[in-house]
Amino acid sequence: MPNFPKPRIPDAIVPPPLRKPGKPGSAGTPEGQAPSDLKTAPPERKSAGDKLLDRGKEAPIDALGWVDQRLAASGFLTGMLFRKVPKGTNWFYTLGSATLFAFIVQAVTGVFLAMFYTPSATQAYASISHINNEVPLGQLVHGMHKWGSSVMVILIFLHLGRTFFFGAYKYPRELNWVIGVVLLILTMTMAFTGYLLPFDQRSFWASIVGININGTGPVVGPYLSDFLRAGPEFGATTLSRFYAIHMLLVPGALIALIGAHLYLVVKLGTTAPPWVRADRPKVAAPVAQLDAGANGHRVDGAPISGEGNGASG
Amino acid sequence: MADDANKVNGAEEAPVRERVKPDPPGYFEGESMTRRHVFTVASQALGGLAAAGIVLPAVGFAVAPIFHRGKERWEGVGPVSDFVEDTYRQVVFTETEGIGDAGKTTAYVRKSSEDLGEEPGKFVAVSNRCAHLGCPVRFVEAAGNFICPCHGGVYDFQGKRIGGPPVRPLDQFQTRVRNGQVEVGPRYSVTNQMEPVRARDPGEFTGGIWEYLYPPRPSTFPPP
Repeated sequence: MPNFPKPRIPDAIVPPPLRKPGKPGSAGTPEGQAPSDLKTAPPERKSAGDKLLDRGKEAPIDALGWVDQRLAASGFLTGMLFRKVPKGTNWFYTLGSATLFAFIVQAVTGVFLAMFYTPSATQAYASISHINNEVPLGQLVHGMHKWGSSVMVILIFLHLGRTFFFGAYKYPRELNWVIGVVLLILTMTMAFTGYLLPFDQRSFWASIVGININGTGPVVGPYLSDFLRAGPEFGATTLSRFYAIHMLLVPGALIALIGAHLYLVVKLGTTAPPWVRADRPKVAAPVAQLDAGANGHRVDGAPISGEGNGASG
Repeated sequence: MADDANKVNGAEEAPVRERVKPDPPGYFEGESMTRRHVFTVASQALGGLAAAGIVLPAVGFAVAPIFHRGKERWEGVGPVSDFVEDTYRQVVFTETEGIGDAGKTTAYVRKSSEDLGEEPGKFVAVSNRCAHLGCPVRFVEAAGNFICPCHGGVYDFQGKRIGGPPVRPLDQFQTRVRNGQVEVGPRYSVTNQMEPVRARDPGEFTGGIWEYLYPPRPSTFPPP
């Protein structure tokens, strides 16, 4: 882990045993001078209800502290959530998170669709009709899944374009680019296998064409299309095969690789956009210093190019 | 280090019998592996064995259909008198059982014609599956051609490609006559010279070197 600067943690989320005692006048202690005579002006006693309320306010923090004392996750979480981002970070940098959000929408709506869907060639179409026409909110959930898939494909391509045009795939982030390409392929696999599931005329013939395109690959193509169909013709198990790939095989791989993708993003940081230049000294250097810089170093000994330009996060 | 330790323990003065020093360290005379190494290798081998025991059947289960050929299926499509030489009659029959309408396919059937150089007294069943990407073609009576709605593939009366993106003639089905009924059977593909070969998927060339680039699949039936 790079040594992240530790931001100040709000007192509210620090468990009581670790909390520093507050200074007078700050955080909970009464402000102003201490009463001159405790006998004439005794401190107000809190009622039982107020005490209970105070304890209630502490309860979630205590629970959080209890978990964190055992998990020791707050260091990692603050490092992740309060990490520095480079100058020039803009809205284009949200495309990855947007893609992740689209994936989460797909995952959640997919789980609920699976409760009503029947992956059988004779019943699939009827079960989709049932979802759309009779299940409460079924059309909405199905619609979110159907249109959300297009949204996810569009967003993943925009995210890819952002990474490419900002040069964010370069050292040391090549591995994250490779993982991203695998995620793109898996997303396309999801789109392809999901298209068949409604089992109407369009999805049936589109899948026939898609499988046959797979078959045109030399040497392995014919076997690949046989594998996808589970036989030489579109058969009884083709639909269940697509269903299993769509909701078990690929989502598992997607989730694992998204985890690796995010880990590398946090570990390596993000890049500055290409139009953000290196920080330059505000005052122009005297000519003598510029001459001294001819050997590749500034007068103070730091190399002139590359280092410390603030462009790497 | 070891020598120092011996000195401290006074082992140097004790009459020890000559012993071969382990070389490399950790190995004793006659040993080719340390105990630790034996257990490392053994536990990794056992783990690999267990993993293979799970993965191989699962993968085999998933790819088995590639090597499985179903039962040969014949279906009657009409009496002999229904079919003539100079035009096709459209028939629908089941190619894959158990999946309802999705398992049905369409063929265009006619009597064989000596004018086209075919063996007389037989029946020709042309599949409506386009040889480009598998869309359903239809026979257009006025033109005497098969035309595909998807990407404009055109085939002549015999099913040979005459235009558009298809890569070979239309597939055919084996035919036979039983009890006065014309029956259609397994699918097969043809080359541009109309020689029968094992069924290929749409988009795959047939004949010549293509027979190796798009090898026949074990899940299909031998051509007639």
